[in-house]
Amino acid sequence: MKRRMILKAGLAAAATSMMLQAPMALADDPAKIGFVYVSPIGDAGWTYQHDLGRLEMIDNLGDKVTTTFVESVPEGADAERVIREMAASGHDLIFATSFGYMNYVERVAKQFPNVRFMHATGYKGGPNFLNYNARFYEGRYLTGIIAGEMTKSDILGYVAAFPIPEVLQGINAFTLGAQSVNPDIQVRVIWVNSWYDPGKEREAAQALIAQGADVITHHTDSTAVVQAAQDQGAYAVAYHSDMSKYGKDAHLTATTHHWGPYYTEIAERMLEKEGMGESIWGGFKEGFVELAPINPVVPQAVQDKVAEVTEQIREGEFHPFTGPIIGQDGKEVLAAGQTMTDEQLGKMNFYVKGVNSKLPK
Amino acid sequence: MNLFESILFATIVAGTPLLLVALGELVTEKSGMLNLGAEGLMSVGAVSAFAIALTMDSTVAGLVAGMVAGILLSLVYGFITIHLMANQVATGLAVAIFGVGLSAFLGKPFEAKVLEAVPRTVVPYLSDLPLIGRALFAQQWMVYVSWVLLALIIWFLARTRAGLALKAVGESPVSAHAIGLPVIRIRYFAVMFGGAMAGLGGGFISVFHTPMWTEGMIAGKGWIALALVVFATWRPSRVLLGAYLFGGVMISQLFFQSSEVQIEIPSQFLSALPYLATILVLVLISSNVKMIRMNSPASLGKPFLKENA
Repeated sequence: MKRRMILKAGLAAAATSMMLQAPMALADDPAKIGFVYVSPIGDAGWTYQHDLGRLEMIDNLGDKVTTTFVESVPEGADAERVIREMAASGHDLIFATSFGYMNYVERVAKQFPNVRFMHATGYKGGPNFLNYNARFYEGRYLTGIIAGEMTKSDILGYVAAFPIPEVLQGINAFTLGAQSVNPDIQVRVIWVNSWYDPGKEREAAQALIAQGADVITHHTDSTAVVQAAQDQGAYAVAYHSDMSKYGKDAHLTATTHHWGPYYTEIAERMLEKEGMGESIWGGFKEGFVELAPINPVVPQAVQDKVAEVTEQIREGEFHPFTGPIIGQDGKEVLAAGQTMTDEQLGKMNFYVKGVNSKLPK
Repeated sequence: MNLFESILFATIVAGTPLLLVALGELVTEKSGMLNLGAEGLMSVGAVSAFAIALTMDSTVAGLVAGMVAGILLSLVYGFITIHLMANQVATGLAVAIFGVGLSAFLGKPFEAKVLEAVPRTVVPYLSDLPLIGRALFAQQWMVYVSWVLLALIIWFLARTRAGLALKAVGESPVSAHAIGLPVIRIRYFAVMFGGAMAGLGGGFISVFHTPMWTEGMIAGKGWIALALVVFATWRPSRVLLGAYLFGGVMISQLFFQSSEVQIEIPSQFLSALPYLATILVLVLISSNVKMIRMNSPASLGKPFLKENA
């Protein structure tokens, strides 16, 4: 009896407040924003960082927006189904956060001209379809400096997913950063042919450590490499997220991704009914890339140097791919004083000198 | 550890889940039951073991949970094939697919969580042996358990009455029934044992090898384990050899990529090597009909009808 009374009172209160707010709600119906994720959110990694961005956007915009997300959407026909479903169900803005969604986004975008589509790490676009990406290689160069200073064996290990330009940019930038402080560096690469296969990532990390690498890094999505380094007493440089809790002693730092401010900006443009803006490839300057806190085992002098180069990159005074750049075969790829254009970066298909592995063809 | 020791060490780790699962499947098949569901059994075993090990903070409880999950799913197979006398091959395949899907569903809340690595158990003195010491005697304790299980299974099949009864059922369930052996009960036990071992193998992967759970992490190891039983021509000691051989192929491709020895083989091809090796072994063994016939249980895959006995 008592419970029913409370319920009734609650309903009445709710009804009153709804009536009071009704006119406002009509004018300010929250915009619906959808996110398509390629892997589970988990608590570290690529998708985790995108979801942090989503949450930050909600913090910034409050009840002006509502969001939905779908996790673990494979980069195939399922992706098109999910994206189309979002567009058809009244979403005003859709973020598709994986390279392999590109062609599906393109197709759906043509059919829903009033919905805004944002695609991460692709290169296609359209009137209602932009892409956005981050200059992860800037972080790689800096972590290369740290790895180059911390190695005793002069051998660094790299667990990599697929030989595409984005991953090669990372390997080369890491190598160049390490060589800038230690010319004897060699980097060994193992390809695991998967973005997310913890078993294989771990075995690859162990193989690298067994062959003398004492600092290892990865361009794969799980925390397995950091865990392996922790177990084997090596150092690790993580990727995507700060993974220090998976390797307290091993974790030197990480190249981390930050999408929150950008997601907020894009959503605001939509709310203000402004134009789409332009596709973007942002780095430290735009706040897309940051370094995780550096492990105190890294000497202060090294940390200072990293801070200095970070500032140079942020100010546009320094570009990690500045000539002379020598390829693995000893031939000059870029003359002294020149910097690589975005187009050259986007087509990268070589190893720089110092990478001591074969590039899969 | 030098390179040889490292490869040997990693080979044993990679071979251990194959060994556990293949031993269980061997016992199942010795009773005449062909359970092709290993991939699914391993998957539910892995997810259950991880979930319990994480929530109860106990490795042993996790492994027990993995075994229980393997037993429960294998009972589904057992009921359909033993009681309803459905086709064993089709049922096994269904269990494999169902188990993989079920594990993904059950594992959702545990994605991307991690466990502390189980420390290695270093055997004093033996681990100081040159070359093989650290690889053989500085492993996580489940590796030693797998050797004990191997020895127990060899002893069980060769020396015990129950082992003899199991093999009799696999050779001729009708004759076994005629001399008073409980054929159906024995086959159920064999199927459950196979399920427990597959669950344990899955648990080894998610609790010991890569202390985390992620969808699809069994990645075909169940299928390799099935092939291993044929490779070993139903002999437990050869299962050990085969498991480490296959484990070695799986990990050596990673070592080759980063070693001084640069081999001009695409890494994609190297990734496919274990599966190619499986096919090759099957082809080689199939060409020697005598070898198969000598060792394979005569009634493998055939249902037992009590009424006809």
